[in-house]
Amino acid sequence: MRDDKDLSEIRTIIARHKLWDLIFMIVGVLALMIAVLTFMALFAHMLIEGMPRLSWDFFTSFPSRRPGSAGILSAWVGTILVMLVTAMAAVPMGIGAGIYLEEYASKNIITEIIEINVTNLAGVPSIIYGLLALSLFVHQFGFGQSILSAGLALALLILPVVIVATREAIRAIPLVIREGAYALGATKWQTVSDHLLPYSAAGILTGVIIGLARAIGETAPIITIGALTFIAFLPPSPIKAEFPFLSFEWLMAPFTVMPIQMFNWVSRPEEEFQANAAAAGLVLVVMTLAMNAIAIYLRYRMRKNLKW
Amino acid sequence: MQLPATAHPPDEITHSKRLGYSYRRHLGERFIEALLFLMAFVSVAITIAIVVMLVKESFVFFEHVPLWQFLTDTQWTPLFDDAHYGILPLISGTVVSSAVALLVAIPLGTITAIYLSEFAPFAVREVAKPFLELLGGVPTVVYGYFALLFVTPLLQKIFPDLPGFSLLSAGLVMGIMIIPYVSSMAEDAMRAVPMHLREGSYAMGATKFQTAIRVVMPAAFSGIAAAYILGISRAVGETMVVAIAAGMQPNLTWNPMEPAATITAYIVQVSLGDLPHGSIGYQTIFAAGLTLLLLTLAFNIIGHVLRKRYREVY
Repeated sequence: MRDDKDLSEIRTIIARHKLWDLIFMIVGVLALMIAVLTFMALFAHMLIEGMPRLSWDFFTSFPSRRPGSAGILSAWVGTILVMLVTAMAAVPMGIGAGIYLEEYASKNIITEIIEINVTNLAGVPSIIYGLLALSLFVHQFGFGQSILSAGLALALLILPVVIVATREAIRAIPLVIREGAYALGATKWQTVSDHLLPYSAAGILTGVIIGLARAIGETAPIITIGALTFIAFLPPSPIKAEFPFLSFEWLMAPFTVMPIQMFNWVSRPEEEFQANAAAAGLVLVVMTLAMNAIAIYLRYRMRKNLKW
Repeated sequence: MQLPATAHPPDEITHSKRLGYSYRRHLGERFIEALLFLMAFVSVAITIAIVVMLVKESFVFFEHVPLWQFLTDTQWTPLFDDAHYGILPLISGTVVSSAVALLVAIPLGTITAIYLSEFAPFAVREVAKPFLELLGGVPTVVYGYFALLFVTPLLQKIFPDLPGFSLLSAGLVMGIMIIPYVSSMAEDAMRAVPMHLREGSYAMGATKFQTAIRVVMPAAFSGIAAAYILGISRAVGETMVVAIAAGMQPNLTWNPMEPAATITAYIVQVSLGDLPHGSIGYQTIFAAGLTLLLLTLAFNIIGHVLRKRYREVY
């Protein structure tokens, strides 16, 4: 019978095409698995190599010529201080720029230039920011190879991240909130500071955390500034016993940070130093992953709870 | 209703002063707007500063080295007595390592994006997306460590003559590092394709795979192209992986099995040393940086043109 033959032919064609669906499913899972497995291998390798070195002493010792007694004290203190400068500079600036572009800017050529510019800045290689900081902060402004120069360089680097996060968070707030505020006689700034900023705080925080996590791991711009790799002392303490209790000497102090310390150990030929590098890398990865995980969790929570 | 005649004469202001036009309040608002504008303008100032600084510092370099020599000399040895200033070896290193990285990142990133956007069940996507994001957050210096001490020894088992530093292992790791950037952007582009295009395709009897390849991908082409361009500029500007795993010796080669320096690795190498401010060796890193910026700029312009040309509006 002819009809049956046709039908079975069509069925084979369909089956053949469906087979491609299946093949692609498998290829897709494999592609995903390559990324996942690489990360597993990276983490496992560092864990095996670095775990024996991770002890309390590793966190409380200065780097040393003897690999067995070297630690990351100056590196993690430096990282925290540099991040402090970065956050102080990038957060207000990024939020301010985001608010301006989203709420104040009128549609004109200057606004468009700023918008295109923010997108393009995000694509500039990080080492270029290092060169900018070297020329501008280190030499032109005379900040030297200091915590201040490094913090500002990283602040410029993460500025686009903060701006974009701020804009997206503010844009998600429905128009009725603004109209309600204006109807009650609020000025623009009152609307922004009393309503838009508090409601978008979680979204902005997510962006800030992601930006800082990126800044913590950035190595290239800080090397370009000329951070020293061997620092066996701490910057001056920001808190003093006598009046005025605060000191900003640390801003100008030479420093090292976690990724620089790790780079220094990786590039040494001795195997013992590479164990130190693995341990430092482990600390670094756990730190950035934790920050990213917090940000992802915050975003997930927000998406679930948000009901205007 | 009769107003009490004595309480307020009719010409006196009856409402509170707070509701009237306040000059001070107006001024405050204007001040805040100006301040916010300045903050937004900082980003433009950064761009201007980058360009001015690179051009100014490179200018000093090009007074010393003719542009023609910079572009055609096949040796890059600014720190030797017999100094040569040819950017070609650094460009070849950059091109080869980026090519290896993109050969990994573009196919894998595209397949991952198609899978996550069109095929993956909801639960898989909910887990895989954050995971890929985490992968993109790992510091590059850690990937460099991984390339040098894990991938290179592994590759040496397959290719016994692979040297300890090679563009191949740096490029491979860089490629895997870039996958999340490519896949997440390409996936966003494909998910933005309206559902009715897929429904139309299914109604004509197409399978999922046919729909993904012939309908969704062409429709999302401009977004996918943007994802590739982002991947390329990442690869070209990546520093730590190549500085650690590819060696820092400038080497005019197109063979990924050899060690070589990229533009970025050279900048790192000079910065690690102790060159005096203002010396010709010091100026070379700005000339190298300018070359790098122009390279990424070129890719961004290509991306912009592609996006404009193939943008589909629904």
